Amino acid sequence: MDSNIEQPEKPVISKGIDGFFKDIYNIFLFLARIFTEAFKRPIEVREVIRQCYQVGYKSLALITMTGFITGLVFTKQSRPSLSEFGATSWLPSLISIAVIRALAPLVTALITAGKVGSGIGAELASMRVTEQIDAMEVSAINPFKFLVVTRVMATTISIPILVAYTGLVGMLGSFLDIHLNEQTSFISFFQEAFKNIYFIDFITTGVKAVVFGFTIGVVSCYQGYNATQGTQGVGKAANLSVVISMFLIFLEEVFIVQIANSIR
Amino acid sequence: MKSFTPEINMNEKVIDIHNLYKSFGSNHVLRGIDIDVHKGENVVVLGRSGTGKSVLIKIIAGLLAPDSGTVNVLGREVDKLDSVELRELRLKVGFCFQHGALYDSMTVGENLAFPLKRNTPKITNAQVRRMVTVVLEAVGLARTIDQMPSELSGGQRKRIGIARTLILRPDVMLYDEPTAGLDPITCTEINNLINEVQRRFHTSSIIITHDLACAKQTGDKIVVMKEGKFVKQGNFEEVFSTQDDLIKEFYDYNFIQ
Repeated sequence: MDSNIEQPEKPVISKGIDGFFKDIYNIFLFLARIFTEAFKRPIEVREVIRQCYQVGYKSLALITMTGFITGLVFTKQSRPSLSEFGATSWLPSLISIAVIRALAPLVTALITAGKVGSGIGAELASMRVTEQIDAMEVSAINPFKFLVVTRVMATTISIPILVAYTGLVGMLGSFLDIHLNEQTSFISFFQEAFKNIYFIDFITTGVKAVVFGFTIGVVSCYQGYNATQGTQGVGKAANLSVVISMFLIFLEEVFIVQIANSIR
Repeated sequence: MKSFTPEINMNEKVIDIHNLYKSFGSNHVLRGIDIDVHKGENVVVLGRSGTGKSVLIKIIAGLLAPDSGTVNVLGREVDKLDSVELRELRLKVGFCFQHGALYDSMTVGENLAFPLKRNTPKITNAQVRRMVTVVLEAVGLARTIDQMPSELSGGQRKRIGIARTLILRPDVMLYDEPTAGLDPITCTEINNLINEVQRRFHTSSIIITHDLACAKQTGDKIVVMKEGKFVKQGNFEEVFSTQDDLIKEFYDYNFIQ
């Protein structure tokens, strides 16, 4: 018998299940490498700043519009229900709880998962399939540290800042609507708004923002860095970056809210 | 044929590969490869697509790990090196990719400066500019310094890819299909450039190709690869004076086409 005849490898359980566990294992290796490389010298400060500019500054226009409209529309939608009970004075308080506890981190994370996550996934995948990542490696440059660690750091730093900004513009959107309808002043709106917001709310939102930022960075870098199948792989990496990031963001939201509520 | 006689030191091996095997799953790509490259020598690995040629040089550059066998480059066993040692070795081994693999987001000048700045942190901007100019002039593309890779032709991208490798002054060059997808005149220019790099920078090279003109013009030694094994080696005349069907078929296809 010819020993050169190629036999397909038999999966241990099934091809799909084997692949799933292999992916989980690879993601853990990827995460471990991020933490190991992040603390190794030299720290890529310039590249992290450049990526923060890409992730943060270049998302500002979209975030401003989305945050403002979210605050404005949420106020408009809540008014009829509250006015039935003559409780429109509760609007600032209701909106601030909704925006600061849930909407600001969630809306920012979903918007950046779409805009930044797909961008990172596609960029790294395109670099992978055109051998630019290999070219870095053979030039004695550590592509993982230069491309992956810097982007994960940038999303982890920038997204909390964007969340704070979204919260602010969301509240401004809400103020605009309340001011036009109830003639509430700027100071009394914010005094009323922050009456029911506690320190734990800021901490929870901060933790969410950091976790969401890290998730978007890791997922999109993983998909892009490990892309295969040529140009088809680029599209797949961009798509999976967004879909998996969003899915994980919702899971993390539920998990963090449960923990925060048990502490509160 | 070459217009100069290369200085080959037959007593000094820069690459020494013995009994190399590599598989991807059930696909056995390399099946017992033995090859020596001497100092100053250009070795051409010739074979059809999918015979494992590119895998061979990726193993030499440490991009892929062998399944078994020894891969000795500049006196070091590549698969036994730690990350720091591998980085040191890679500074001496230049790899020219099939499509250039230039960084899309950087200009030609930045593409060349990038590996130099990363590997020599104390270098000044003036020194970087000077070295970039020198290598761009060596590949005849000094005017493209501010252009983006997307503005270059296929041949120019390959030349810039070679320049980016040369800027680190490697001892060994690995060329992956340097003439693939180019017109015959540009192919000859690239072949001349490969010879010029050998003469001027005293490099030893492995050139992966399926182009016989490239093999004839650049190779001091030619090895023919089939299904992961070397089936014939020698200089161009020795290899192609054979009656072997595979080699005759290869020769006829290249030169009759």
